[in-house]
Amino acid sequence: VSQTVLDRPRAVPAEPAAARPEPERLRRTSGRTNEDWYALGAAFAGSLATTWVFYTKVLPFHGAIGFVVAWYLVFVVLYAGLTGLTQPWPVVADRVVSAAVVAAPTLIGAALASVVVLTIVKGLPALSHLNFFTQDMSGVHADDPFTKGGILHALVGTLIEVAIAVSIALPLGVAAAVYMSEVGGRLAQLVRTVVEAMTALPSIVAGLFIYSVCLVYLHMPASGLAAGLALSVMALPIMARASYVVLGVVPGGLREASYALGAGRWQTVWRVVLPTARPGLATALILGIARAVGETSPVLLTSGASTFLNVNPAKDPMNSLPLFVYASVTTGNPQMEQRAYAAAAVLLFSVLALFVLARLAAGGRRRSR
Amino acid sequence: MPGEVSLPPRLVALDGGEDVPRRIAASYSLQDRLYVHGVRITGLLVLVIAGSIGVFLGASSVPTLRHYGLGFFTEFRWLPSQDIIGIAAVVVGTIQVALIALFFAVPLAILTALFITDWAPPVLRGWLVRLVDMMAAVPSIVFGLWVLFFIQPHATLVAHWISKYFGWFPLFHVRTDVDYPIWNQAPGYPSYAGSAFIAAIAVTMMIFPMATSVMREVFGEAPAGEKEAALALGATRWAMVRTVVLPFGRSGIVGGTMLALGRALGETISVVLVISQAFEIKPYVLESGTATISSLIVSSFKEASPAQLSALLTAGFVLFLMTLVVNSIAAVIVSRGRSGGVTEL
Repeated sequence: VSQTVLDRPRAVPAEPAAARPEPERLRRTSGRTNEDWYALGAAFAGSLATTWVFYTKVLPFHGAIGFVVAWYLVFVVLYAGLTGLTQPWPVVADRVVSAAVVAAPTLIGAALASVVVLTIVKGLPALSHLNFFTQDMSGVHADDPFTKGGILHALVGTLIEVAIAVSIALPLGVAAAVYMSEVGGRLAQLVRTVVEAMTALPSIVAGLFIYSVCLVYLHMPASGLAAGLALSVMALPIMARASYVVLGVVPGGLREASYALGAGRWQTVWRVVLPTARPGLATALILGIARAVGETSPVLLTSGASTFLNVNPAKDPMNSLPLFVYASVTTGNPQMEQRAYAAAAVLLFSVLALFVLARLAAGGRRRSR
Repeated sequence: MPGEVSLPPRLVALDGGEDVPRRIAASYSLQDRLYVHGVRITGLLVLVIAGSIGVFLGASSVPTLRHYGLGFFTEFRWLPSQDIIGIAAVVVGTIQVALIALFFAVPLAILTALFITDWAPPVLRGWLVRLVDMMAAVPSIVFGLWVLFFIQPHATLVAHWISKYFGWFPLFHVRTDVDYPIWNQAPGYPSYAGSAFIAAIAVTMMIFPMATSVMREVFGEAPAGEKEAALALGATRWAMVRTVVLPFGRSGIVGGTMLALGRALGETISVVLVISQAFEIKPYVLESGTATISSLIVSSFKEASPAQLSALLTAGFVLFLMTLVVNSIAAVIVSRGRSGGVTEL
């Protein structure tokens, strides 16, 4: 939507002087004149027609992407030209920039929509069978029909691994955040600097770290525990920093009021600071989980992809959703590719569900204030 | 600052007569002492865990650097069987993929952030912000699948077209006969699939939400008074944005770009899915075959002997240092930008 310098007031019909005093009509300060709409529509139709004639009939080009790009460029040129007939240069510049500013989110939105649609449509053949959620892949051949086999082992594995990661990263992260924010001091500054630095750790390096320490040097088997550790190494700095930010938003006046009432430091933190920050902490936790659920690379290095249901994180390989997707795609078997899409759809929707949950948790804070 | 909250004062000494500043000393209950020490120990534990990763990575790169010397950074081949190992190609590949992704993502992010703050109707604004945040939560492997099966067939056509007409420019050159149609490439020659360009599309989708939300936040803080003043002087929307929002948001643009770069450097699984791995330093980004540090780690950790594992850890350490430097610069830029001159009206 564009706005021009020439948003002139609509001509108000001259009223008879003796008429009763009507309330003054407010001028719409934004919005388009009819001329603006004509220019937009004409540029749209003209560019479509021009591009169609030249792109498909005259010039030796073909392909949908090229057509859309050419159409867009012709549209911008026509729109600028039509505007330039009646409007000064700054308005033309405004129109051209507006065309770009609207096109960018449209492009991204189309890409995002195609991601979601593609994942669901390609995964639907496998998703529509209930056994996809209730069976594992043990003894199932890649070419077997979708009535056999499923992702139960990956679902359970993801749950266990994320639970391990959260049970390590959450208490440590929140306690470290309390230390950095409520206790303070020079040492806390050092902790903060290191935590900030470790948020830059790429997930693949976190996975490689656990792989070399646990699997190679300590001779642990590839297992869900190792994967959980790798995820927790990745999530710990993220959760600590997010909790620190949340605790920093708690108003200092609440703490001072608590001290003024004679509460000690522990009581202040436990009864005042943490309850005040609870919705924010919940949001940080859920977003951390969403991140950990979707991470593939640390899991890929540490857990080993099993085809069977394994609920013991301490021994034997354990699969997880992202790893199942990766392993299925790399087989190159079309049937497994569809299973990968189905698992990716499950993954996508569980992450989005977590995200909605996080919004609800954050929304609770806003209402209670 | 939450850390500077005053402690509960306790009356210690009160001399009669003159006004002497009261000495404030705090003595804590056992509970408080337990709490402070407990939390401090946890903080130290986190420090040790986080620090030990860095120290471990650094320490395990010592044998590699001692064995291969500086050649580790200049050798581009990765032939463990012949004891020829170097990370020049993967470092160049990592930077190439990240820079191409930035080339796509940054303009899109700037325009989208501007759309959200200044163009979109207020009703739409909240939804767009939520949508961008939600996009940040989409797992990387989903974007990898999307690029591999949906985008790649189209992107190779685009790459073919670009190399056909602009192949004289070294960046767009592909060392094959471009006059062959894309479905009939001469065998043994590089083709267009699995290139740095196509991998960068997946990385673009990963880094776009992060860059957009940083930029949107900074653009949103542009002083309303100055924006209204510009509009009141007769500026168009673009003139207002150009003179008020963009200068104010410059730190957001640079900081968001740097943060996105840090993320792009470490992006793993979508790149691994898309690229066909080749250890070669070349400017031809449209040509099949590239390698990044993370793809190298994924592809060779399993067969690695202890010496090669140390080499991989060194590569990981280099990657970590790169992202660390980039992120630190970004943090400084973003925090410095907040103190920009705001005219209060």
